[in-house]
Amino acid sequence: MAKIVIDGVTYEVNGDNNLLQECLSKGLDLPYFCWHPCMGSVGACRQCAVKQYRDADDQKGTLVMACMTKANDGSIISIEDEEAKKFRANVIESLMISHPHDCPVCEEGGECHLQDMTLMSGHNYRRYDRKKVTHRNQYLGPFVGHEMNRCITCYRCVRFYDDYAGGTDLAAQASHHHTYFGRQSDGFLESEFSGNLVEMCPTGVFTDATFSAHYSRKWDLQTAPSVCVGCAVGCNTTPGERYGELRRIVNRYHGDVNGYFLCDRGRFGYGFVNSAERLAESQQGKGTGRRTVSEDEAVLELNRILDGGQVIGIGSPRASVEANLALLQRVGGDNFYAGVSDAEFAQLQILKQLSGESALHAPSVREIEECDAVLVLGEDVTNTAPRIALALRQSARNRADELAAAAGIPSWQDAAVRELAQRELSPVYLLSGYATRLDDIARATVVDSAPGLTQLAQALARTLDSAAPTPAATLQEEQKQLLGSIADDLKGARRPLIVCGTGSGSEALLKAAANVARALATARGGDQAVDFCCVVPEVNSVGLVLMAGETQSLGLALKKMQAGDVQAAVVLENDLFGRAPQSQVEAALAGVGQLVAIDQLPTRTTELADLVIAGTSFAEQQGTYINYEGRAQTSMQVFMNNQAARPAWKWLRKESETTLAGLLQTAETTLEGLAGITAILPVSAAAVAGMKYPRQSHRYSGRTAIQAAANVHEGKQPEDRDSIMAFSMEGMSSQRDTAVLPNTWAPRWNSNQSVSKFLDEVGGHLRQGNPGRLLFTRNGSSAGYFEPESAAVTTGDFTLIPAYQLYGSDELSARAEVVNERLTGAYVALAPHDAQQLGVAANDLVTVSADQEALDYPVCIRRSVKPGTIVAFTPAGQFPVAGAGDQVSLSKAQGSGQARFGNLIVSDLQQEGI
Amino acid sequence: MFSLIRDTFTSQLVTLWRVFKHMFDKKDTVEYPDVQPYMFPRWRGRIILSRDPDGEERCVACNLCAVACPVDCIALQKAEDENGRWYPEFFRINFSRCIMCGFCEEACPTNAIQLTPDFEMAEYVRQDMVWEKEDLLINGTGKYHDYNFYRVAGMAVGGKDKGEAQNEAPPVDVRSLLP
Repeated sequence: MAKIVIDGVTYEVNGDNNLLQECLSKGLDLPYFCWHPCMGSVGACRQCAVKQYRDADDQKGTLVMACMTKANDGSIISIEDEEAKKFRANVIESLMISHPHDCPVCEEGGECHLQDMTLMSGHNYRRYDRKKVTHRNQYLGPFVGHEMNRCITCYRCVRFYDDYAGGTDLAAQASHHHTYFGRQSDGFLESEFSGNLVEMCPTGVFTDATFSAHYSRKWDLQTAPSVCVGCAVGCNTTPGERYGELRRIVNRYHGDVNGYFLCDRGRFGYGFVNSAERLAESQQGKGTGRRTVSEDEAVLELNRILDGGQVIGIGSPRASVEANLALLQRVGGDNFYAGVSDAEFAQLQILKQLSGESALHAPSVREIEECDAVLVLGEDVTNTAPRIALALRQSARNRADELAAAAGIPSWQDAAVRELAQRELSPVYLLSGYATRLDDIARATVVDSAPGLTQLAQALARTLDSAAPTPAATLQEEQKQLLGSIADDLKGARRPLIVCGTGSGSEALLKAAANVARALATARGGDQAVDFCCVVPEVNSVGLVLMAGETQSLGLALKKMQAGDVQAAVVLENDLFGRAPQSQVEAALAGVGQLVAIDQLPTRTTELADLVIAGTSFAEQQGTYINYEGRAQTSMQVFMNNQAARPAWKWLRKESETTLAGLLQTAETTLEGLAGITAILPVSAAAVAGMKYPRQSHRYSGRTAIQAAANVHEGKQPEDRDSIMAFSMEGMSSQRDTAVLPNTWAPRWNSNQSVSKFLDEVGGHLRQGNPGRLLFTRNGSSAGYFEPESAAVTTGDFTLIPAYQLYGSDELSARAEVVNERLTGAYVALAPHDAQQLGVAANDLVTVSADQEALDYPVCIRRSVKPGTIVAFTPAGQFPVAGAGDQVSLSKAQGSGQARFGNLIVSDLQQEGI
Repeated sequence: MFSLIRDTFTSQLVTLWRVFKHMFDKKDTVEYPDVQPYMFPRWRGRIILSRDPDGEERCVACNLCAVACPVDCIALQKAEDENGRWYPEFFRINFSRCIMCGFCEEACPTNAIQLTPDFEMAEYVRQDMVWEKEDLLINGTGKYHDYNFYRVAGMAVGGKDKGEAQNEAPPVDVRSLLP
């Protein structure tokens, strides 16, 4: 702790930080542009100038840049000093010289950091009478708009995109006042995190193009604190609605999970909510006999089916905890099955088993950033849990901070730290099925199929701890050396991390990864838990496995259905054809008496259902989701579905009085895994006289005109009986409670930079605590190492490796119209050698034959693929031809494929013929 | 005490005299509607949307009028034409709520929304007081004749490329290092 004096007031601050950071943490208003808590200081914009005095006798002082000056004990500074204020006003006037006078037609207008800072610094009239510099824009793809005239050259975009997120296709070009930020040529931004440019850019150079297509100002959006449903990380988001349509998603700060950043799937993949395909009303009957039924009819019919005879329920990893609970309570635990593929179910069971082990710790995203040695086992994190990949990139930079600390350079001195560290990174080892987007930070990579990686992992566990089981195979000298250095780095690290997941598709690899983590815990003395991050595929995969019984797999449910033991099956927000082989699903559906499907969008399952119930999207319902680390988080309803779709839990509840809280309370007592979940329900602690928290801002416009075209007599605002929020402008300010805080705003801070005002310190945690609660209680000791299993012998020429894509592996976002432009379609990737042997070129079709099925896939050729393996990408909603590690045969097929390999962002693609 | 009685009495007499004198004054009221009163140009009456000197819609759907409106009676939606020009897809004013305060006109950065000296807006049916863009948009510049927002703003729109706005240099060549 250091004591510094700012404008005559003494503050206790962290002396290691810079002055700007500390001024903002103390809630003082000091303008800045180029600085960011996650990216440190470079002193480029000169906007945060303050006066610093040598001692109490110094009356003159010197101007210093607050972001470049350490908050040394005893510092005396002044923000309000006239000379400092004048300096800042001059700086902003210079920055605004070429600003294009287009705020009214700028998507950033009203939430623009440049607007805020200009007002704060006192500049309002352009005195400069020369011509303005202008730039041509680029097409940067369907997500991000570009209006280069607005640039103030703070360099934040490239510092985020290149330095922080590892992008390679955005750069500063030209020089002096011609400086230009863009790509070499038109084309979509390749980074998975390009959407953050919209929030990083202090002005409107990079804007959300999907938002611009149905634009509203920030204050006109009805918002609520929500959780992203794109993957299992559970990033906090703020979706905004206007005129009954979801307009955009922006980041909502969470100190432990997403911090300041979201991935593009989460930010831009919301279009499915507005899809014209949405099931607006419930339907009954099959084929041509299908008819729309009213809400009452649907409820009656559903209750008739649920109350009559043997009914099974199939839960969903993309439905909320409450929706699954309502189904579970309705059909009974013995009739509730987990709607995930059998292979995934087995993996999730292992995760459940490991979740109680005290030797392991599931790290939050922030904790991942703190790790300084990483081993990734078989998971393509960039495409299955992108936000974690961004965190891994930061963990690799811990080495730079160590070097800086040794040299006495503060870690926020970004340019100096980078100059010092050059390319030195903390060890990151990537053992995966194909080259991934993190390869550039890896110390070593191994590409192999799941059985091969499993052997390596088993051997590594053995290297770490001699009590670990003996690996089945013997390794080559090279591999032994690699394992030796991995073991040394993991053992020697301050905080090592093992990343694995269900993405490998292999139960054995997951077990081996767990063995590595256990062995590492033992090797490190056993008194500290080892960070073990197991990535799961969907937003509520963990929640579902905590609810379903250990044997309640989908395979079992399908068998029962096929055998005719089941009179009716209720499928909750799930497309069975993506979870099990087509033949199995078809046989099961033929055997079941009646099929009820509850979903928001039509799927192959809803097409075959006898009763289709219109469910709501995440934005139209309140729900709890449990992320990969067992963190239960509430996602609040953003707007009312104005058609006949209702949340699944409302359709399924038996008594109409059942509430969301009631469902969770019942679950807490009956399901062990969900103990403590009711603690996350936002309570209106601050509420006065029963007031609710408004979803609309105090500046929400058009209240008396929006509905006026239909009826000039204004109706009542829609009532929300389910939550502590209201669909109105009235009520308690949500600014008091971060659990229900959708937007941040503070006087003079209209942009998202106002978040600093709500944090305990800049870049820290939300002042009233980060929302959500970790459910895993780790008090059990390890059940002992998993014994390596001998792989089943199958015939075939190639081992299959499942691949994932940011756009396409997630069922919902892939159905957003704008995401469609970035989809590739199903494909298999072959090694150049194998492609030559088969005589196939890029985009030719090959037939992949497994035990039961054979499917045609277009081919791409990737140099990194190991000969003898094929990397197969199957979009969500389709079931792959074979499982991970299975042997398949390939043969050339007639014709050519339709896959769009231009959308494939990999560095090892052999380009001929594409 | 005496002065109070004196002043009160005098005041009464003066008032009576003034009222009497008014009988011979010129009338201020007119026989409306047979005689139309003179309305000053800056009178705050019926709201219109104007066009710029080139005949294009001035409104760029920035939403500032809507947010300035104290009774929230303006609702609109931004759309963009093929040339990148912003315009309102719909623009609705609920005149049954409007209080003619003129805040919308003050907020408008493009001089699009203007109040006019027309106050004859009574309707028998309240629903008829909801005006859409078709009802609001006029074929002229209104009170402000010369201003064209897109001639000043740097955004490229149809008929005006980058560097062609007022006080703008031609777009820079980023491949050149010349000053």
